[in-house]
Amino acid sequence: MKILVAVKRVVDYAVKIRVKADGSGIELANVKMSMNPFDEIAVEEAVRIKEKDPATEVVAVSIGTTKSQETLRTALAIGADRAILVETADDTPVEPLAVAKLLRAVVEQEKPDLVVLGKQAIDDDSNQTGQMLAALLGWAQGTFASKVVPEGGAVNVTREVDGGLETVKLTLPAIVTTDLRLNEPRYPSLPNIMKAKKKPLDVKKPADYGVDVAQRLKVLKTTEPPVRKAGVKVADVAELVRRLKTEAGVI
Amino acid sequence: MAILLVADHSNSALGASTGKALTAAKAIGGDVHVLIAGHAAQAAAEAASKLDGVAKVLVADAPHLANGLAEEIAATVVSLAGNYDTIIAPATASGKNVLPRVAALLDVMQISDIIKVVSPDTFERPIYAGNAIQTVQSTEAKKVITVRTAAFAAASEGGSAPIESVSAAPAVGISSFVGAELTKSDRPELTAAKIVISGGRGMGNGENFKTYIEPIATRLGAAMGASRAAVDAGFVPNDLQVGQTGKVVAPELYVAVGISGAIQHLAGMKDSKVIVAINKDAEAPIFQVADYGLVADLFQALPELDAELGKAGL
Ligand SMILES: Cc1cc2nc3c(=O)[nH]c(=O)nc-3n(C[C@H](O)[C@H](O)[C@H](O)COP(=O)(O)OP(=O)(O)OC[C@H]3O[C@@H](n4cnc5c(N)ncnc54)[C@H](O)[C@@H]3O)c2cc1C
Ligand SMILES: Cc1cc2nc3c(=O)[nH]c(=O)nc-3n(C[C@H](O)[C@H](O)[C@H](O)COP(=O)(O)OP(=O)(O)OC[C@H]3O[C@@H](n4cnc5c(N)ncnc54)[C@H](O)[C@@H]3O)c2cc1C
Repeated sequence: MKILVAVKRVVDYAVKIRVKADGSGIELANVKMSMNPFDEIAVEEAVRIKEKDPATEVVAVSIGTTKSQETLRTALAIGADRAILVETADDTPVEPLAVAKLLRAVVEQEKPDLVVLGKQAIDDDSNQTGQMLAALLGWAQGTFASKVVPEGGAVNVTREVDGGLETVKLTLPAIVTTDLRLNEPRYPSLPNIMKAKKKPLDVKKPADYGVDVAQRLKVLKTTEPPVRKAGVKVADVAELVRRLKTEAGVI
Repeated sequence: MAILLVADHSNSALGASTGKALTAAKAIGGDVHVLIAGHAAQAAAEAASKLDGVAKVLVADAPHLANGLAEEIAATVVSLAGNYDTIIAPATASGKNVLPRVAALLDVMQISDIIKVVSPDTFERPIYAGNAIQTVQSTEAKKVITVRTAAFAAASEGGSAPIESVSAAPAVGISSFVGAELTKSDRPELTAAKIVISGGRGMGNGENFKTYIEPIATRLGAAMGASRAAVDAGFVPNDLQVGQTGKVVAPELYVAVGISGAIQHLAGMKDSKVIVAINKDAEAPIFQVADYGLVADLFQALPELDAELGKAGL
């Protein structure tokens, strides 16, 4: 089996981001960047499938500037076999639809049986790319996965839905997007980090795939959300209940 | 032209989120048609026809639409899309699954999770766990939009829109429904509740949720929620997770117990009207957003709260 995993370089989840004063976006200079946490889960899942079935090949792909090579090296250190960077010229964001079109082109060349993506990237929070890729390829999709079991020519995916869990069976090739509880990604060991440096990493350009990455949505401005002010500390439970009743009027 | 609202439903019932997405659709303007794509979904269709501001309810009925499979629902939505310039759905697990697939089939960039309609082509949406708000304008001929339901009030009832049947697209047949394990609960749904009481890692275990949180939730008619840490530890099921990557809620009252207040959790509840935090650590970040903070051990405070609410006649 061949598995393609899409990984995105994003602002680390622990960073408290700042909005630029002129409303033009987020301050990204000198901010710690990491692999999108859902994508770490995606790589881990692919590597676990490979560990059960050593005939599996895991290919990591990222779309971004040359700095995304770092993110791909992390994927290789977790256990991916090789990597592809579709390198964009600058930090101009590539929208999910364009990312999905680039991934489709990579899929057409690589012909994987399964593509694993994160359910959402924690910067733009779009939650679109995997579903879009599935649509463009005409493949089945198992989004928000908490369990993935390949089985012959199909894969059973247990999904986190609003009321609990549901399981769907998808004909391969198929798309899976990861939810938080699919697995706990490993920390790459030092020897594996060293080995990852020697694994193949191909660099391509969007033009190599003939995909137009022009933006369809115009970001007019980016602003701070309204800030909530800290309220009061109450002395005890009785005061809390009194204030909720009489002051806030919510109970 | 008209707006197609893809309803969230379970065939036998209409999700409350549909009425909230309707409010967003009405703000965009134009006739709103609600699509019930399902099987034997008469009850859901009737509930939709009662929502105020619906011009028409369309019912696509077929066995392959019974379980909300994205491949099937998207095909039917796309077959109807020619008549609409906006396709909209609540950003629920089902809307998030289906609409991007519709968008890509139509070659349209979706606008996810809008919190405000600025004008018919311009919207506000949160990014970075709600730490920034983007105003985006769509240049697409067709707009595909999901709606953050916590940001819009539910449309009222009192309508009586006609119900029409439309044909379902032929089965795609590349996926099938195996089964579901849905959490059964008599409590209000998390995203629709007026009061939510959530527990975090500080609860210690699932038994303590039952002993300490449930009685209070019952007294207040509240929904129960949880932090990711509490869900990951297996204290409560996944559908209780509140946050950036769980559910987003904005109740009248949100009570956070034994939750530290990580940005990913705040992203799911900081638009609540009143926030109460109970935490034994006075420095916990949750207190920075709480209207009322109680620094206390929850195992002492919750039984007291239960008793005090009882005294207050609740
Ligand atoms: C003002 C602004 C500034 C931005 N600045 C940047 C920036 O400097 N750098 C930046 O990278 N993005 C930036 N973005 C985000 C970018 O525009 C796209 O939104 C993003 O690439 C796709 O959206 P998403 O990640 O939210 O998609 P989602 O649909 O939430 O992503 C889901 C999954 O798709 C896959 N995926 C998504 N994008 C990629 C990718 N590029 N490569 C490989 N796999 C991917 C991953 O598996 C991911 O988990 C910016 C956005 C805006 C609006
Ligand atoms: C990609 C990603 C997505 C995430 N998405 C979400 C999300 O959607 N929702 C979410 O919640 N988190 C999410 N998280 C996790 C988040 O970063 C935090 O780890 C999580 O919210 C912490 O949960 P907690 O507050 O219950 O636990 P902790 O941070 O461990 O806090 C426990 C708190 O309980 C208090 N406490 C302990 N014992 C007692 C006692 N006896 N009495 C009173 N107080 C007590 C402690 O003082 C502490 O403040 C996400 C993280 C990542 C990386």
